[in-house]
Amino acid sequence: MAEQRIWGLVAQFDNASTLLHGAQALQGAGYRRYEVWSPFPVHGMDQAMDLPRSKVPWLVLVGGLTGMCGALLLQWWSGAVEYPIMIGGKPAFSFEAATPVTFELAVLLSAFGAVFGMFGLNRLPNPRHPLDTVPMFRGVTDDKFFISIEVRDAKFDVDRSTALLESLGGRHVTVVEA
Amino acid sequence: MAHAHSSSETVFPPPLVEGKHTFHSVTEAVCSIVEAPPSKGWLASFALALMGLGILGISVGYLFWEGTGVWGLNQPVGWGFAIVNFVFWVGIGHAGTLISAILFLFRQKWRTSINRFAEAMTIFAVICALLFPTIHVGRVWLLYWALPIPNQMGMWPNFRSPLLWDVFAVSTYFTVSLLFWYVGLIPDLATLRDRAKNKISFYAYGMLALGWRGANRHWQNYEKAYLILAGLSAPLVLSVHTIVSFDFAVSVIPGWHTTIFPPYFVAGAIFSGFAMVLTLAIPARKIFHLEDFMTIRHIENMNKIILVTGMMVGYAYAMEFFVAWYSASEYESFAFINRALGPYWWAYWIMVSCNVITPQLFWFKKIRTSATMAFILSIFVNIGMWFERFVITMSLHRDYLPSSWDYYTPTLWDFGCLVGSFGLFFTLFLLFLKFLPAIAMAEIKGVMPEADPHWEGHGHAHGAASGHDDAVEKHHG
Repeated sequence: MAEQRIWGLVAQFDNASTLLHGAQALQGAGYRRYEVWSPFPVHGMDQAMDLPRSKVPWLVLVGGLTGMCGALLLQWWSGAVEYPIMIGGKPAFSFEAATPVTFELAVLLSAFGAVFGMFGLNRLPNPRHPLDTVPMFRGVTDDKFFISIEVRDAKFDVDRSTALLESLGGRHVTVVEA
Repeated sequence: MAHAHSSSETVFPPPLVEGKHTFHSVTEAVCSIVEAPPSKGWLASFALALMGLGILGISVGYLFWEGTGVWGLNQPVGWGFAIVNFVFWVGIGHAGTLISAILFLFRQKWRTSINRFAEAMTIFAVICALLFPTIHVGRVWLLYWALPIPNQMGMWPNFRSPLLWDVFAVSTYFTVSLLFWYVGLIPDLATLRDRAKNKISFYAYGMLALGWRGANRHWQNYEKAYLILAGLSAPLVLSVHTIVSFDFAVSVIPGWHTTIFPPYFVAGAIFSGFAMVLTLAIPARKIFHLEDFMTIRHIENMNKIILVTGMMVGYAYAMEFFVAWYSASEYESFAFINRALGPYWWAYWIMVSCNVITPQLFWFKKIRTSATMAFILSIFVNIGMWFERFVITMSLHRDYLPSSWDYYTPTLWDFGCLVGSFGLFFTLFLLFLKFLPAIAMAEIKGVMPEADPHWEGHGHAHGAASGHDDAVEKHHG
């Protein structure tokens, strides 16, 4: 019963270097449900954790294409179908005159895809997290580095995982309640 | 490795962050500005800014009550201060995007300590810019006519008009800049949340930070989104001032109908924007003791950009004259001779002196590396670039028909709106300095030598630029 109330383990690391080596070692040991926490993105960490490529670019592409097609349809339909007016003898719709607005809307919706797509992939906003109960974890947005292992991980075992984190340079290994 | 290190040292002698800083001291230096009670200097500046905002409120209120007749507009000068101010403020905004997006894409790591600041400037400048076309339409309550909203009249906006392109360009620019700025702020807002001493700031920063905790899986998507936003903003910023210049260039007014306008406007925007960054950053770094982050190297780099873009602008002024003569169009030639020697000759020569002549002083390293001189010269550029837009807009005063020639004299209410827009800008900027981290802490930490995963604390840091050590390793390892 007590075992089920556990979310996982968290350990503090001294610097980006031990953090990177720690993540490499966990990945090598077969852990998958672990996470690395740092005040800034640590370069090389994505490779160390063997993460697949981010999906953000695909969402940007969807946004950009929607913006582009939507802008062209809007300008063509409103200007040439629904409400055509003759101005200076120019055609009611032309790609040249439609380019600026098409470009702007494509950029706008691409940006929405990037930002809101990133929020969605990261499950933000996320007001609560089990790690919030660990006082030392607050330092993650200042100068502290952490690795956590979740109980859901197939390899998770309180004693063995604790020992592994400690052998990798993890300090203050703490059991986190769910 | 050591060799690569020393060569990068000679290219960029001063480090990105001066003094002995740790990650924690960076957090302290930046957060303490937000957490400390407002200083006397801040309160005094804020009071002054609020006075300016009050002037704006009165001027705009009176304008709404009476109509645009309170300004000095006449026939043929239908575009007065409002359009001058609009182009001026949009241009100011462009340096922020240039620093945050274009320098990011070019991996200019020195940008990290000024980008937050410059992006904030962009957003507030674009707010000021958006104000002017809004109030210039006269009947502001009909502004929605410019938007493609189905309405009871069954009418749609004319998408073939550059003025409508402008609505889309500037509002997209504002939205994307705001998103870019906010995404950059999220990790730093989380820092402020985690340091919060009271409930109000905990919840306020907590909500804005969206629950950011620095997970690497989050950083991965975050960095990708940030890179893409930079990639989107770079062409966006070029498109915005291009489209602003179309407002003029697509018309058939002599002096406006020129193909040089888009690049010339973009260069001028960058020129004026960097000057405004210096005008704001030089006092701020002094007041908030941020000299370690906004170093002389930053000031010198910006001065070099001002020197380059200033010469581009100067080239454009010369080329306009050449093309006017070469076109053999009587009206074109007259428009330019009239600019330099006509009734507004004084505005033309203020423009040339401030934009072309005084920035040449930045050829001297002594002047380029002096914060005081940079501040003084940046004010000259601000003035000069405002006058550039004034000179261009005043091409209207002598049109094709000499019987309709007139002279535009701004009224008190024109000046009220101009001064008031500075009040709005500084009110927003001072609120930003007080309540948000003025320096991108997470980014600064990322470019410090300690951030390098190969830095073992032995003092053999790989130079200031640490981000691409993996690539460097492959080359030299």
